[in-house]
Amino acid sequence: MVEEEAVDRLFHALADATRRDILRRSVAGELSVSQLAEAYPMSFAAVQKHVAVLERAGLVGKERRGREQLVRADREAVRRAREALDRLEELWRGRVDRMSALLAEEPHENDTRGRDG
Amino acid sequence: MSVTSIDKDFDNLTFTLIADFDAPVERVWRLWSDPRRLERWWGPPTYPATVEAYDLTPGGEVAYFMTGPEGDRHHGWWRVISVDPPASLELVDGFADEHGEPDESLPTTTMRVRLTEHDGGTRMEMHSVFETHEQMAKLVEMGMAEGIRLSVGQMDALLAA
Repeated sequence: MVEEEAVDRLFHALADATRRDILRRSVAGELSVSQLAEAYPMSFAAVQKHVAVLERAGLVGKERRGREQLVRADREAVRRAREALDRLEELWRGRVDRMSALLAEEPHENDTRGRDG
Repeated sequence: MSVTSIDKDFDNLTFTLIADFDAPVERVWRLWSDPRRLERWWGPPTYPATVEAYDLTPGGEVAYFMTGPEGDRHHGWWRVISVDPPASLELVDGFADEHGEPDESLPTTTMRVRLTEHDGGTRMEMHSVFETHEQMAKLVEMGMAEGIRLSVGQMDALLAA
């Protein structure tokens, strides 16, 4: 399943602290791979590998500018994050509906007698 | 009908919901404070919740699981930060592994609930805060994963890969 593979890639990409940090930095602004490499105690090649994992997961995009490779957060990642809020809205609208239904069906006790009487 | 407003703030990673109920504060509070009532609204009809442990005191923990259409169980937990019956509740909500053990590597959200008397009924304000944008994205994928019935155990394997 294509969808399942996409989930796999995303989970894998976000499961690593360095990659989460690279993503955070690239959300804040465009950075070159060499600038990123300076930020971590690892080789340029290792950082490049992390960026490639993020890229395959659709979280960042790379762009060549002169001799530099710029990394920036993909708009796709932003869209996914926004989706989280939409799902949360859906979830809570359902919850509030169920809460209302429960309040309506429960036998009213002493604390409601005054209002219902 | 009873949701009055929803504010989704992507930049500040917050979600605020205001709902109005035609019932006194005490009764709305009981929907949160009584685990048997909580079970009836927390999970969607396709994923009903079962509360296994319930301690609504500061530092207390609540353990629950949701049962999917295939009998698949998805465990979750709350850690209570503060509680002031019947007016307010603050907690951290997270995922747990198949044994119900909190899995700190999975995203958590901090939730603040406030109940106030309003127009003869109750106003509920619910404020949820994500930790990071990546966590928000991850939560979506977890929702997706739930849709394709990946168990939490399988998710652990993915995270460990």
